[in-house]
Amino acid sequence: MQRHRLLPLVAATALGATAAQAETITVATVNNNDMVIMQGLTEAFEKAHPDITLDWVVLEENVLRQRMTTDIATEGGQFDVMTIGSYEAPIWAERGWLEPLDDLPASYQVEDLLKPVRDGLSHDGTLHALPFYAESSMMYYRRDLFEQAGIEMSEQPTWSEVREWAGKLHDPDNEVAGICLRGKPGWGENMAFVSTLVNTYGGRWFDMDWNPEIDSDAWQEAISFYVDLLNDYGPSGASSNGFNENLALFSRGNCAMWVDATSAAGKLFNADESQVADQLGFAPAPVAETPKGSHWLWSWALAIPSSSESPEAAKTFIQWATSQEYVELVGEREGWTSVPPGTRESTYADERYQQAAPFADFVVEAIRDADPLDSTLDPNPYVGVQFVGIPEFQSIGTQVGQMIASALTGETSVEQALQAAQRATERTMQRSGYLD
Amino acid sequence: MTTTLTTKDTPVTAERGNAAARARRLRGLGMALLGWTVALLIFFPIFWMIVTGFKTEAEAIAEPSLIFTPTLESYAEVQERADYVKFAWNSVVVAFGSTLLALLIAIPSAYSMAFLPTRRTKGTLLWMLSTKMLPPVGVLVPIYLLFRDLGLLDTLTGLTIVYMLMNLPIVVWMLYTFFKDLPRDILEAGRMDGASTLQEIGYLLLPLTLPGIASTGLLSVILSWNESFWSLNLTTSQAAPLTAYIASFSSPEGLFWAKLSAASTMAIAPILVFGWLTQKQMVRGLTFGAVK
Repeated sequence: MQRHRLLPLVAATALGATAAQAETITVATVNNNDMVIMQGLTEAFEKAHPDITLDWVVLEENVLRQRMTTDIATEGGQFDVMTIGSYEAPIWAERGWLEPLDDLPASYQVEDLLKPVRDGLSHDGTLHALPFYAESSMMYYRRDLFEQAGIEMSEQPTWSEVREWAGKLHDPDNEVAGICLRGKPGWGENMAFVSTLVNTYGGRWFDMDWNPEIDSDAWQEAISFYVDLLNDYGPSGASSNGFNENLALFSRGNCAMWVDATSAAGKLFNADESQVADQLGFAPAPVAETPKGSHWLWSWALAIPSSSESPEAAKTFIQWATSQEYVELVGEREGWTSVPPGTRESTYADERYQQAAPFADFVVEAIRDADPLDSTLDPNPYVGVQFVGIPEFQSIGTQVGQMIASALTGETSVEQALQAAQRATERTMQRSGYLD
Repeated sequence: MTTTLTTKDTPVTAERGNAAARARRLRGLGMALLGWTVALLIFFPIFWMIVTGFKTEAEAIAEPSLIFTPTLESYAEVQERADYVKFAWNSVVVAFGSTLLALLIAIPSAYSMAFLPTRRTKGTLLWMLSTKMLPPVGVLVPIYLLFRDLGLLDTLTGLTIVYMLMNLPIVVWMLYTFFKDLPRDILEAGRMDGASTLQEIGYLLLPLTLPGIASTGLLSVILSWNESFWSLNLTTSQAAPLTAYIASFSSPEGLFWAKLSAASTMAIAPILVFGWLTQKQMVRGLTFGAVK
């Protein structure tokens, strides 16, 4: 009897000891919907891996980037898993800041990851981060408004067609703008879109010797087109609209067309979040002189800093969170439109996903077609479609973004803005040693 | 003649008196209006934040309106996603802990500067204040490295020390100003009665300048509570205060205004109540010695 009484106590002590031995890993992430879902599945992970517990740090994107850069550069060791983008992954990997992921088990099916996404997260052919979700850009439009105006969407729209359609659809009296585009300054905001526009107009950020080409004819043409298009047919206050603001405008029915991230598709298609879900049309991102670089490629990925004290536990977690098993879990629990898009071929081959997400083919085609290594008409020395994969780009992109936003508001002319941007970029490149 | 004068003068005097009273009333009314306008302008963002917290995400980003059906949806989601009590407790510990530490160091410093000044006192005070002019990001890396080596990253002790150092110049300055206003004779009388320096501070200086010390402490608590740069950079999960809690609800993709407003309302609620309860002491302290 005595022994029976002791048994639960012994069991509890043993359980307590196991719990006490569990390794805690700190995961730094952003507050995007897909990451919130991942955070919500903590219990499922911990149940499957009782020796690991997760501690979350959720921060705003820019704060997170600054926080992680400080920690990683000083080897602070505060994080075991970091959420980074395809911009940081190769740069940080080159500096030896990230654990190489060259020993992934066969069960992870690394070949199932979409190749452009995999390439974007690799350095010297070795993966340094695993993709959590990926996106390209495409065009959303209102089928009902197109029908009313007698417009038929082309298989591959061009920017001149878009301008013509925007003119026909612009209806400020009914609070419908012909087109919505990003105007809020920032390297990841207006410049993500503007870079793809410049690419398709035949321009590039730098020539092969790293000389900036922002004052070239292609830039002049692209930016003039962008400024005129938004001023003539855009919503009021377009210079303060980023992804979120345009998403809200389009979902409320205030935009006839919108060119932006493919990751918006799930939200716009969800009738709970969008008033235009049943009238939503999709098309590839418009092109001008060349299709090259007309749509971007971005992925949010999970990486392990080399300063982590629990790299093995961290590896277990990032493999789980980017696995096909995780996609299944989210599909079953949250619905198939909520699964992290753009990472695995198998997701797009899944009938359940295809049925739930009619935009799936556009997304996967756009991602497959984006080539960060060959994104401009003339060759360029950098990796990236909508960004330039060098550490200086954050500051260059944001500075140029501010100048273009001032041209959009009419504070300066397009020519003045581009000349100022060219001078500022030249200075930065000289200081950084790219130019003599 | 006298009667004539009286009858002639009285209405004029009365009229002048009435005009002066009217002018005073008008001035009073004008000042009251100005005061209310300024107060409303300052309070409006807080009011709007509180209102937005009770809207849905779609309403929060729609055309600004005060007509809507209030919902607790955002509060529920915010509660579900983060442990508010843990963040709030961290805020309380670091705000009050750093204030207490700052007062412990600043009281003797301000005493020595106010009552035993040297040729360099003014310069020292100015130098202390000048450290506030340095943007904190300028010293982020050295402090981060120091904290890493001392094992103070993501600890309440580390954050308390940083907040104490951050507020120390202001606390010393304020206390110095309050102490300077105290007549030296009172302390000298104490000294003549045989009080030691500690007794002088404990029995005379502190009780006589208590309103000033209280308002300095309250200001330090508020500054620490609202500080976000160091809290975001030096903490991760264990010691993160409410400022980190708010930051976690901002999102680059998707709607977040209602949730962010709900989280912000919850974050400022304790300090708002605290400030409201102590406003009498604060005003008394800030005007201490002003009409000497």
